[in-house]
Amino acid sequence: METASNFLNIKDVSTAFKINGQYYDAISHINLQVQHDEILAIVGESGCGKSTLATTIMGLHDPAETKISGEVDFEGTDLLKLDEKGYNQFRGAKIGMIFQDPLSALNPLKRIEEQISEVMDYHTDLSAEDKHNRVIELLNQVGIVNPQRTARQFPHELSGGMRQRVIIAIAIACKPDLIIADEPTTALDVTIQAQILDVLRDIQKENHAGIILITHDLGVVAETADRVAVMYAGQIVEQGTAEQVFNTPEHPYTRSLLRSMPQRDNENDDLYVIKGNVPSLQKMPAKGDRFAPRIPWVPAEAHEENPTMHEVAPGHEVRCTCYKHFQFPDEQGSVTV
Amino acid sequence: MWKTILRRFLIMIPEVIILSILVFLLAKAMPGDPFTGSINPKADPAQIHHLMKINGLYDPWYQQYWNWVVHLFHGDLGNSYQYQEPVTRLIGGRAGNTLWLALFTMILTYAFALPMGVYAGRHEGKLPDTIIRVYTYVTYCIPFFVILVIGIWIFGYVLGWFPTTGSISSDASGWLHTFGSRFYHILLPGLLGALFGTVNIVQYLRSEVIDSKHSDYVRTARSKGVPSKDIYRHHIFRNSLLPIAAFAGYSITGLLNGSIFTETVFSYPGMGLLFVNSISFRDYTVITALVLIYGILNLIGTLLSDIILSIVDPRIRIQ
Repeated sequence: METASNFLNIKDVSTAFKINGQYYDAISHINLQVQHDEILAIVGESGCGKSTLATTIMGLHDPAETKISGEVDFEGTDLLKLDEKGYNQFRGAKIGMIFQDPLSALNPLKRIEEQISEVMDYHTDLSAEDKHNRVIELLNQVGIVNPQRTARQFPHELSGGMRQRVIIAIAIACKPDLIIADEPTTALDVTIQAQILDVLRDIQKENHAGIILITHDLGVVAETADRVAVMYAGQIVEQGTAEQVFNTPEHPYTRSLLRSMPQRDNENDDLYVIKGNVPSLQKMPAKGDRFAPRIPWVPAEAHEENPTMHEVAPGHEVRCTCYKHFQFPDEQGSVTV
Repeated sequence: MWKTILRRFLIMIPEVIILSILVFLLAKAMPGDPFTGSINPKADPAQIHHLMKINGLYDPWYQQYWNWVVHLFHGDLGNSYQYQEPVTRLIGGRAGNTLWLALFTMILTYAFALPMGVYAGRHEGKLPDTIIRVYTYVTYCIPFFVILVIGIWIFGYVLGWFPTTGSISSDASGWLHTFGSRFYHILLPGLLGALFGTVNIVQYLRSEVIDSKHSDYVRTARSKGVPSKDIYRHHIFRNSLLPIAAFAGYSITGLLNGSIFTETVFSYPGMGLLFVNSISFRDYTVITALVLIYGILNLIGTLLSDIILSIVDPRIRIQ
């Protein structure tokens, strides 16, 4: 892909948390690009570092407790080199963030209007009246039926879906180039999920924004994403277009994930279960394929000592060489390598 | 909101009735009587028996209670056996002193506690926070009356900065001098009360600030690009002060309870000192009246807390 349109370039970013005086990588050596008009989905199970990546881009980590290396090149500025004041020029203005839990992400004591216009207070010179009009416009845009009324309400008076819409309205208020949506639909029921995703897609088209959609829900990814990055234990293990990742998954983890998803043709079978857990930060192996312990039947020789990304098709990359030899236990023998 | 307050107020009525019965019965259940030893140590038991009888102390409890309630509604709380004075006048002369001291203590408490709590929470783990925490732990460990006794010893006796008894000096004349003298007399008890009273508020506020600091809505505010200073001003302070505001009503209760210690140690002529004295003299009429007043003030304190909370927290307002 041509790098010219990549306005966000994440280069070799690692974030380490301090636990008992020692630093442990929560995400290591992440490389990602985002273009305008695209939705990049980051998938992976809980604890794989998806949210850490999001908060790293937003600079929301306490510098005393974390060590971040690498480069987050946003339209030519390395965000990681900015101080708090410099970062605040980007947060809310050029990068909007949508959080996971709409129930707690809004200040319970402030009216919706105040919470949306707050972001404009810091990034625009609009008059009070213009701000009010913009709030109403935004609430309309995210599909709230009675924006005048909602603007005067407090968060506890709104349903979960409406609160998530308000949070989206806050994130897009200043028309950011990048929207990071961290599990925006996890706390919502399925019908609302679909509506929220529609809202996100519409906004992306309107503003030509790039969206990073973080989720563990493969259904959401299949519906919305243009490109997909699969994360496991703090690393990206596979990345490519949505078609590539869904139709020709290569990495054992991606294949396991897809196989553990209910589908029409396997509805009578037991679902595939990936045995084991994501290792905790302290127990993360320093070397070798981090997914290897969860596919014990694959011989050790199949893995690389220091797994790197391999391009299997244009724009489609897979970590470690083990994908070439990987088979599920029940397939073994039926296919020859 | 008015509905909430009205409903809350109506609940208070049965509470007051039950409280008054309990108070009356408990006072009656105390061993001893008001006359033995108060007239003449060698008084004839038959005479005491006679006094008990004409004062209605042998009547069944419900009859005594009913008489008491009827008189209560006429503004008559009976006569003190000890002081031979109407209870209303006895208490009326002291209530002002107690409220004056309580109000002063409360103002001082909040004036100290709010900045300390917010500062400690904001700079969690740093040196000033540690100092404030050590102060609260140490103060919390010492019983209140010990603080009072130590305080009175150091500042009243050794250094001689403050008066150690009474509410006003005997030679005070003119309103300015009177006011000054009154103020001078409550300064030390007020300061010591505040020193003790800050502990809960500081600890509570500190943990509220720390909680808010890590809350999701503060993260939202940060992702809006709001500078840290404004996040404290617009988001953390107000949200952390909520429980403290609600606490204000209850803290009146604490102050009144504390007044029993303070007034005894400082021989300060208020309701607390009167209460302690009347217990040792089995002065039933005074005890029941005071316990009832304290009880009602407690109920008002909780009512106030609920009202304050419903004003400051939109989630509490019931439609």
